[in-house]
Amino acid sequence: MTSTDHELAIAATGLRKAYGDKTVLDGIDFQVPAGTVFSLLGPNGAGKTTAVNILSTLISADGGEARIGGHDLVAEAQAVRAAIGVTGQFSAVDGLITGEENMLLMADLHHLPRAEGRRVVAELLERFDLVEAAKKAASTYSGGMKRRLDIAMTLVGSPRVIFLDEPTTGLDPRSRHTMWQIIRELVAGGTTVFLTTQYLEEADQLADRIAVLNGGRIVAEGSAEELKRLVPGGHVRLRFTDPVTYEQAATALRETTRDDEALTLQIPSGGSQRELRAILDWLDAAGIEADELSVHTPDLDDVFFALTGSPAATDTATDTDTAVTAKETVR
Amino acid sequence: MSTASSAPRAYAFRDNLTMLRRNLLHARRYPSLTLNLLLTPVILLLLFVYVFGNVMSAGITGGHADRSQYVDYLVPGILFLTVAMTSLGTAVSVATDMTEGIMARFRTMAISRASVLIGHVVGSVIQTMMALVLVLGIGLAIGFRPDAAPLEWLAAAGLMALVSVAVTWLAVGIGLISPNAEGASNIGTPLVMLPFLSSAFVPVDAMPGWFRWFAEYQPFSPFIETLRGLLLGSEIGTENAVLAIGWSLGLTVLGYFWSRAVFNREPRQ
Repeated sequence: MTSTDHELAIAATGLRKAYGDKTVLDGIDFQVPAGTVFSLLGPNGAGKTTAVNILSTLISADGGEARIGGHDLVAEAQAVRAAIGVTGQFSAVDGLITGEENMLLMADLHHLPRAEGRRVVAELLERFDLVEAAKKAASTYSGGMKRRLDIAMTLVGSPRVIFLDEPTTGLDPRSRHTMWQIIRELVAGGTTVFLTTQYLEEADQLADRIAVLNGGRIVAEGSAEELKRLVPGGHVRLRFTDPVTYEQAATALRETTRDDEALTLQIPSGGSQRELRAILDWLDAAGIEADELSVHTPDLDDVFFALTGSPAATDTATDTDTAVTAKETVR
Repeated sequence: MSTASSAPRAYAFRDNLTMLRRNLLHARRYPSLTLNLLLTPVILLLLFVYVFGNVMSAGITGGHADRSQYVDYLVPGILFLTVAMTSLGTAVSVATDMTEGIMARFRTMAISRASVLIGHVVGSVIQTMMALVLVLGIGLAIGFRPDAAPLEWLAAAGLMALVSVAVTWLAVGIGLISPNAEGASNIGTPLVMLPFLSSAFVPVDAMPGWFRWFAEYQPFSPFIETLRGLLLGSEIGTENAVLAIGWSLGLTVLGYFWSRAVFNREPRQ
């Protein structure tokens, strides 16, 4: 939040939304400088979609305010709509008509002159590899194709701010990478992207800033690097199959975290070559032979589970370490 | 949430045309819904003329059985039954459309919001008018003999268009409050039943006293009686003419504001 000089594409303060007595968003604040990717990261039910729906003028907030491209969300809703493009979780395409007709529909609704509309549509169909399918009904498209058409439709109006609500959920790995490439190209072209995802890798790959949303609150915000610093450093993990060997090792090595059920020991380590050699020497000296040795560097998964708590770890997740451990067994 | 009041008028008009094109495209691609609904009035027309025709005409004229007389009586009623039936298709297609993902997209675009509904209404009215021409053609083929002058034909067409607009706006509202296509079909059923409870098949005078009042003043009887007068030269009566115009304008206004209010309501999560 230091770059106040930057023009803000999105600025939200205290956004609040409740359905009945269920609070979905409990006052969230964030700022997204123009031309950057901001990711709202959170588990299912965290309130990500609600946030997108509010910011895209689909629903109104119960409290708080937001400006998009300098326009007030409520007072200047139509100006906000003119500045944004939205690709929701469920494909916003008209399945009854063809891909090309969907695109031309968008061109018409953006009030493009006919010739320009045709040109933009042809260009986007080409860019999103939809030329072959252009004359087929959109309902016959595969998940990845539908998503590409969806984004292509969003881009017809050249929006300055794009909201992508879980753009890769349900896509196969290849389609997911295609989608990432598309998002990178958008940003390279100067578009601001507001992205929600439940995949940490996705936020890590794409986002300049990440806000972790849990239970309607932002529990952490920063760059991927900053967030990773929030959890304790990496460790080397030793796994044993024999309980006796495990006990011996556990008593011989002092600075470890034990997991008696999984028969694993964790030795704190940054994961550098020098540190690893030291640990190996140490193990040799103590005559310890683990069945498996793995190096674990902290990633966003750790941050995520440390901050949001894992369902599997609810009974023991009192501190960061146990939460991280529990997550690993879930994975 | 504000409506599209800030969108320039010219854009609103273009949006209406765009949405109309979209709905006509749907109708052309998937005509089965409209065609299926059209079967009911056509079958009823044939059934009542060729199977019940003699009995019905004897009952109405009080004289000898002559089904050709009953054709004249029946066709105006069947025409409005056609309007009601095709409006059921409107309700179903609106309800289906509202469940489509693209509706969320429309709501987040800087377009005239009303255009989504207006596109449906105009598209449906065009379809209804085409259906009316078809049913009228069948009626003429089986012996319907109107004696209307060109001006009366024009007035008849105007009346049918007016009624179509009114019933279609109601159907749009029904489609909007329905959770899905089945719901729309159920909620729309009373609307489709109205022509059966009117003077479409038998004169209201022939109905039991406790029911006559309803049959006489509900919208479809004045519609039908006015159309009969225009096409066949029977007496319309000021009351029927006023009721017909009043009902169609009233229902149009009601249907429009109702639909708009429901559509502008925040979508369910």
